[in-house]
Amino acid sequence: MQFGIFTVSDVTTDPVTGHTPDDTERVRNMLTIAKHADEAGLDVFATGEHHNPPFVASSPTTMLGYLAGVTKNITLSTATTLITTNDPVRIAEEYAMLQVISDGRMDLMMGRGNTGPVYPWFGQDIRNGIQLAIENYALVRRLWTEDVVDWKGRFRTPLQGFTSTPRPLDGVPPFVWHGSIRSPEIAEQAAYYGDGFLHNNIFWPMSHTKQMVRFYRERYEHYGHGTADQAIVGLGGQFFARKDSQKAWDEFLPYFNEAPVYGHGPSMEDFTRETPLTVGSPQQVIDRYAAFREDVGDYQRQLFLVDHAGLPLKTVLEQIDILAEDIVPVLRAEADKHRPAHVPSDPPSHAQRVAAARDAGVEGAAHVGGTEDRWTGRRAEDADTTEGTDLLEEAL
Amino acid sequence: MTTVDTHVTIDSVNHGGNMPISARRLVVVSAGLSQPSSTRLLGDRLADATRAALADLEPGAPDAEIQVVELRDHAHAIIDTMLTGFATGALADAIDAVTHADGVILVTPLFTTTYSGLFKSFVDVLDKDSLTGMPVLLGATGGTARHSLALEYSLRPLLTYLRADVATTSVFAATDDWADARDDTATGGPLPDRIRRAGRQLASLVAARAVAADAAPRDEFSATPSFEQLLGGFPG
Repeated sequence: MQFGIFTVSDVTTDPVTGHTPDDTERVRNMLTIAKHADEAGLDVFATGEHHNPPFVASSPTTMLGYLAGVTKNITLSTATTLITTNDPVRIAEEYAMLQVISDGRMDLMMGRGNTGPVYPWFGQDIRNGIQLAIENYALVRRLWTEDVVDWKGRFRTPLQGFTSTPRPLDGVPPFVWHGSIRSPEIAEQAAYYGDGFLHNNIFWPMSHTKQMVRFYRERYEHYGHGTADQAIVGLGGQFFARKDSQKAWDEFLPYFNEAPVYGHGPSMEDFTRETPLTVGSPQQVIDRYAAFREDVGDYQRQLFLVDHAGLPLKTVLEQIDILAEDIVPVLRAEADKHRPAHVPSDPPSHAQRVAAARDAGVEGAAHVGGTEDRWTGRRAEDADTTEGTDLLEEAL
Repeated sequence: MTTVDTHVTIDSVNHGGNMPISARRLVVVSAGLSQPSSTRLLGDRLADATRAALADLEPGAPDAEIQVVELRDHAHAIIDTMLTGFATGALADAIDAVTHADGVILVTPLFTTTYSGLFKSFVDVLDKDSLTGMPVLLGATGGTARHSLALEYSLRPLLTYLRADVATTSVFAATDDWADARDDTATGGPLPDRIRRAGRQLASLVAARAVAADAAPRDEFSATPSFEQLLGGFPG
């Protein structure tokens, strides 16, 4: 089972110190957090994508591409990639590039985004959210699996003879998750393709999460990808832990009370009772999260939000250490103990997907077309034989 | 002022072939703030009138059960729900009761020309489809009869937007109505007459439907289109 962290990239004033990081500081903190998570041995780092302040994560593949170079083992992912307002062609290109650069140490999660104005800023309409997610993702898949694509849809300029490059690593596209909190249509989409489904339940009671996951599992089986309990499920989570649970409570309370999302709303007592937020000792976090499998079945990925609400970088890094040292090993052992043999422990890795593709007779793709320029018919080595075009030679 | 019920007669809706076995569930939502509350009093009277009319329409059926949701008790939870996006605890139970009722009676005091903010906030945290087709009766209280049309220009359009099935008669009770010399349920009077008429109308709407408790539990996923339908004409 994979355990990791995800960031929403909020710039929030620390309510205790009054310090507000600027965008540069926040971005660099996110890089530090991701590197620290890798060094601590966590399995996943995922970044959100936002195009409105107070969030800074507008360019996930730039960030993840850098992290691919400076981390060793951690899987780089998104939470989420906006399948509605991004051009699906750019998603196919950018994430194939990230896949190549990271040597397959990545996956991504599609999400629609719930910020109304972002849609018109990118030429779309939030009322088409589901249809955009369906059509755009269908195109992304074709761009990854078919070398040359002719395509026409409702929302994007048609394509004739288009090839998305680089072709996916070893000819096998990245593994994709779909994240949705309230829309069964997205669970249906994930099930149809046999993709993963992550329910980010951090602000929701488990009763709701349970229903959504059950629906996804049933539909996954319906579409013939395996039994319901073999479907690939992820959950969101949120904790703040210290060895002494009262210290954890007292330290986190001012951040909770001022948090942009739930601050000035329910009390921390109510919120920790009704949602997965757990504030206390590592053992309390373990007890809470080890029980989630009873509601959603054995699942493959648990992501935690640890770096929001203005928490200082030092505190976030400490939380990552507590997670990696005191919480994850026990949760992993618990999960391994209960999981039946036929249920996958992890989402499929790139190597597993390549092996499965080869078993199914899919060959690796290297490069589409010849080495000559498709439009001029010339090859690179023709350059010095073509009169008047070799600018370097003329300049000399 | 004599009122004659010209909208629906008992015989026109009770065909006798669909007699409920389970009790009908009526839920009163009262946004009254004071204790005791004249808004609650109006809600109780409307509920009693509806139950009495239902007993006429469905002789032999068990008496309708009446549940009252006092929004005052949920005021903080309603605001929390607005901030977090989900309801929990007693408020979640109350929402469940309202949205799974056989008929709903909504009563609010009129504040500054319209329904109270607490009332509107409660409506705002309901799923926008959860009252579709729901038989609803509207009531309001206010200082003087000059505000009575607020029921028609603010409350009714709200429920129309939610696609509720709203009884034609809505009932406004001003302070004076509670002391009207003619206000005697034995002899009849403007307010009691109107309450009875409204109750009959809601009962008719309720009786025309299957009992909510006898219906299969609602599956929020059953309406999800299959992926083939979602994909529609798109090139997959």
